[in-house]
Amino acid sequence: MKVRYFAWMKRTVGLPEEEVAPPAEVTTVGDLIVWLRARSPGHAEALAEGAAFGAAVDQRTATFDVKLAGAREVAFFPPFTGG
Amino acid sequence: MSVRVQEADFDVGAELTRLTDGNKRIGGLAVFVGLVREMHVREGYHRDKVDALTLEHYPGMTEKALEEIEAEANRRWPLETTLIVHRHGRMEAGERIVLVAVGSPHREAAFEACEFLVDWLKTKAPFWKLEETPAGEKWVGAHEGDDAAAARWEKKP
Repeated sequence: MKVRYFAWMKRTVGLPEEEVAPPAEVTTVGDLIVWLRARSPGHAEALAEGAAFGAAVDQRTATFDVKLAGAREVAFFPPFTGG
Repeated sequence: MSVRVQEADFDVGAELTRLTDGNKRIGGLAVFVGLVREMHVREGYHRDKVDALTLEHYPGMTEKALEEIEAEANRRWPLETTLIVHRHGRMEAGERIVLVAVGSPHREAAFEACEFLVDWLKTKAPFWKLEETPAGEKWVGAHEGDDAAAARWEKKP
């Protein structure tokens, strides 16, 4: 699946997006977050526990308990500040 | 119903004319135009001068999120027409960022739905502001007041 990062998270991780193939036991957004943290210090910092960020699965806002089953694109981003 | 996300500026007069042309059921058109403020005076944040900002968004999700917000407004109020135009990219102080226009037979629905759309797009559409200040670039933090404004419109279960 494709994982995308936005705003300050993109800079902290060091890349805008990446293709990843998490193992079968990674079934929810929350599992994916924990798994991604091990990829680099930047990932660990951006996705740290307590950091203020949200997620989307296939371009729909998702809570961390949402299942990844069949997801093509998961995104992580800080709170929205448009308007 | 119409949603556009674009880099270019928009002409408010031309947009409103196009929106209402030929629809004689509209009795009131409520309009909100958001601009880049020169001074950032948000309490509890910072007070640096803002010269410009860059608005990042999530192409694809942004349009879907705005369309959902627009559809929700149409479920809640009897509206004849709605328009959301939101810019992205770099904008200098004084430039227009967003246009929200709502036409209805009566003004109450137009005013309320316009306010609803602005409140919800601030907290539910994937945009992020990066401000340029003399001290460098700063990502704008979420504003509790915006969350409170959006929460007013949440329906009680």
